[in-house]
Amino acid sequence: MGRFGKGWRGAVTLTFCLVLVLSLVPRVVTAKEPYKVGAIFAVTGGASILGEPEKRTAEMLAEEINKKGGINGHKLDLVLYDDESDETKCRLGVTRLIKKDKVPVIIGPSTSGNTLAVIAVCDEAKVPLISCASSIKIVTPVSERKWIFKVAPSDSHSVERIYEFLSKKGIKKVAVMTVSDGYGSSGREELLRLAPTMGIEVVADERYGPKDTDLTAQLTRIRGTGAQAVINWSVGPTQILAVKNWKELGMTAMTFVQSHGFASKKNIELAGGAAEGVICPLGRVNIPDLLPATDPQKGVIMAYNAAYQARFKEPLSAFGGHAWDALTLAVEALGAVGPDPVKIRDYLENRKHFVGQGGVFNFSPADHCGLTKDAFEMVVVKNGTWALAQ
Amino acid sequence: MPERLSHELNKSAMEKLSLSGQLVQYLFTGVTVGSIYGMVALGFDIIYNVTEMINFAQGEFVMLGGLVMAFCAKFLPLPVAFCVAVAAVTAVGVIMERFTINPLKNASVVTLIIVTIAVSILLKGIAMFIWGKDPYIMQPFSGTEPVHLFGAAIQTQTFWVLGISGIVVLLLTLFFRKARYGKGMLACADNPEAARLVGIKVNLMVLLSFALSAAIGAAAGAVITPISLMEYDRGALLGLKGFGAAVLGGLGSFSGAVVAGLILGVAESLCAGFISSGYKDAVALLLLLLVLFVRPSGLFGNVEASKIKRF
Amino acid sequence: MSRGNLLTLSAILLLLLIFPVLVTRVEAISHYLDVMVFVGIFSMITIGLSLLMGYAGQISLGHAAFFGLGAYTSGILCVKLAVSPWLAMVAGALLTAIVAYAVGVPSLKLKGHYLAMATLGFGVIVNIVFNEEVELTGGPSGLSDIPSLSVFGLPIRGELFFYILVWSMVLLVLVFCLNVIHSRIGRALRSIHDSELAADAMGVETGRYKVMIFVLSAVLASLAGSLYAHYVGFLSPSSFSILFSIRLVMMVVVGGMYSLWGALLGTWLLTFLGNEWLYVFKDFDILVYGAILLFVVMALPEGLVSVVPRLRHLGKRRRESES
Repeated sequence: MGRFGKGWRGAVTLTFCLVLVLSLVPRVVTAKEPYKVGAIFAVTGGASILGEPEKRTAEMLAEEINKKGGINGHKLDLVLYDDESDETKCRLGVTRLIKKDKVPVIIGPSTSGNTLAVIAVCDEAKVPLISCASSIKIVTPVSERKWIFKVAPSDSHSVERIYEFLSKKGIKKVAVMTVSDGYGSSGREELLRLAPTMGIEVVADERYGPKDTDLTAQLTRIRGTGAQAVINWSVGPTQILAVKNWKELGMTAMTFVQSHGFASKKNIELAGGAAEGVICPLGRVNIPDLLPATDPQKGVIMAYNAAYQARFKEPLSAFGGHAWDALTLAVEALGAVGPDPVKIRDYLENRKHFVGQGGVFNFSPADHCGLTKDAFEMVVVKNGTWALAQ
Repeated sequence: MPERLSHELNKSAMEKLSLSGQLVQYLFTGVTVGSIYGMVALGFDIIYNVTEMINFAQGEFVMLGGLVMAFCAKFLPLPVAFCVAVAAVTAVGVIMERFTINPLKNASVVTLIIVTIAVSILLKGIAMFIWGKDPYIMQPFSGTEPVHLFGAAIQTQTFWVLGISGIVVLLLTLFFRKARYGKGMLACADNPEAARLVGIKVNLMVLLSFALSAAIGAAAGAVITPISLMEYDRGALLGLKGFGAAVLGGLGSFSGAVVAGLILGVAESLCAGFISSGYKDAVALLLLLLVLFVRPSGLFGNVEASKIKRF
Repeated sequence: MSRGNLLTLSAILLLLLIFPVLVTRVEAISHYLDVMVFVGIFSMITIGLSLLMGYAGQISLGHAAFFGLGAYTSGILCVKLAVSPWLAMVAGALLTAIVAYAVGVPSLKLKGHYLAMATLGFGVIVNIVFNEEVELTGGPSGLSDIPSLSVFGLPIRGELFFYILVWSMVLLVLVFCLNVIHSRIGRALRSIHDSELAADAMGVETGRYKVMIFVLSAVLASLAGSLYAHYVGFLSPSSFSILFSIRLVMMVVVGGMYSLWGALLGTWLLTFLGNEWLYVFKDFDILVYGAILLFVVMALPEGLVSVVPRLRHLGKRRRESES
């Protein structure tokens, strides 16, 4: 150690160089090449509520597939990165997947913002991306989104269902409260845009931060406007806070509507009884028991629910299903046309009647989203669980 | 509550709420959240008083206190869970001081700032590991039915928050005025060399200041969780606003911290109620900037003393 | 410029030239080019920050705000008003300079923790504005489809071209800053750093110089922001948060804030660590990151770059003891 002076510094440098060299050594090639699928989710950071269940679902599904023999005998290699809800990281992760891991298809990211940040990268590299985020901007204008698909229903679908339901009940004046992050602002855009077209008047437009500890100020303002219903659009603790504050302020005569992000029995638990009577649009994946036997999605939904609950010992989230849909589509494409990005893209674009967790998808060259507002059912919280809303 | 009465209350909720009713509601919300800012500010003040440095990890103490208590409250009676939470986070404060602050006795401002920031990142990461990213809830200490006053609905937990902060302030003031260790801690801030000469163990005082700060932060976190839930990354914003309150009240002044915290909370709440709910976070910071530019010694700080302090 | 600096500059230039050639040959690290573009963009900010912190002895925990101002000005002008990207970049720099001056004059009268908090508060306020002014900035949903830069009519697409563009600008900035350091202004700065009281007594206009450097560092951050906007094509307020401001300060401190080379080293190391080398740790990476920061700050308060003179010093001592 003498030559390096203060020994430990030399040792650190040496170890560092060793690690660098090792990371450059190419992998050993086996008999049947594994098929790779790249995945990038917001496992940590502000959007981890979306990314964590997506990661779990993807890994669980990948294991299942490999247990059953893989894709036509090829092992499925899921290369998964965490973008930490950060755009720069997401971009670098996607570049890594494309250049270093050489994946023919990518699933994710979890958020619309991060998806928009990587569209150019996938376009240039000509690698298809199946996003789990919901903004309509991800897939329109479709002429500039040739390589991008999404499996999450758009916020516009969710809002349409809500307004339809409220109109039927004779409610014309609504107050809107949204969280000021990507999820909330996307919902807010749609809520404000679709209201006039569906005969609804928005009398209040409140916003709050994702880390706010109290929403009574916003609710009190809403109380002063004479709105007949409150629509809250957020995920995370604020969606629980909103419900609790609504109950505590004695505003239960005003109908309370949550976004589809509320969909997890865990949220009902956390709200501790305050959620009774709350309405929200849910994807069918969250209400397997309420589905009639004739529903085409019932089979896959029941299987996924059972598997997730058994493995993670907690109820489904609203978002894990997107990863299921994205990965299943990717795997199907690989099985049909092999690891060729161009062929995979063409396959995805023409896939009709794909029965997934989010709905029954019908893709086309003009529609890379594949869903309509029927992906949602209106439900109400009754006795601590979901029931179909009349 | 009898059916008819609650129905009447709901009916009044449907009618446009009067301006005074709104005002009362905002005031109470503001006071609730303001007492938390005040307690965080107290934590900053204690460490500042003894060491003249700012501990950027103060917010994490609050977060940890809330999470530990939410966890313990599931299988321990509330008072015991509270003590466990405070004790656990105090231990964290002590560890932090011993391992990261003590070795850096003569470091520059920037180094100390960076170190406490690094510690806050670590604490956040550890919390994420133990508790995950989900929010945690806890039952309010005395029931979920809100109290109705002047047309506004106040949660009973609010009174717990106010009560506990009041007791903390009282105890602290007594401690620093009367107790030997308390006076010793103040002496260290003024002149560590002189303090050492007189036989005060400066190192011990610094350790105590961190322990005390952590304990107060933990108490604040534990008492606010039933109202607003707690999760692993709540610390940063709380710390920032608490610091704003500390500066507004004059760094080092305990009563200043509490009053400034309340002012901040109420200002925020009024802004959210009457101006714009999106910009309410900016209120706390604008106030902070104003104070810093116009009167850095804060509302209650001593102007001369603040000029000769090390930082 | 001193011989030492010229030598280091040439060495860096050489490394920069070899780098793309090397990585495009080796598949496993071919994406490193993308990372290096970001390293370059961030370096523009940290070089300015290093001048402010190391030479002028001030601190700023709000530089992400200037980065964001440049990025959003470029983005908004290009997307909404179809202004030429280069013009928008200049506009961004001007706007940032004005804001930095307005904020700097009152803030730089403060010292130490107070200054840190003032800059922190400023940074958070600007971030809130980005978030709330939805009409202008797109709010949390972000601003998308920002066009790319073009040089002489040729649009710059792809990592390699951006790499060349960004690092050319970084080298220009380095040369400029080195000249500032070795000029009268630089000497005045160092005197302020050593003792503001003494400098004041000697007639150095401390206030003016501090604000000057603050504005300079802000303008550099703004230019970096514009480059970022055109490279990524999409902006959202969460990229310009206080977390990023703190990361920037970390880069400067870890590398060594008393030298511009330190800023470069720290930026390079932390960007690669944060985005590449900690991947093996998966979920643990945030813990490892925090631990590394803590360790470096405590063991090497003058940053990693201080290892070099120490080794040289060690070498000298050995030679002396052997003779």
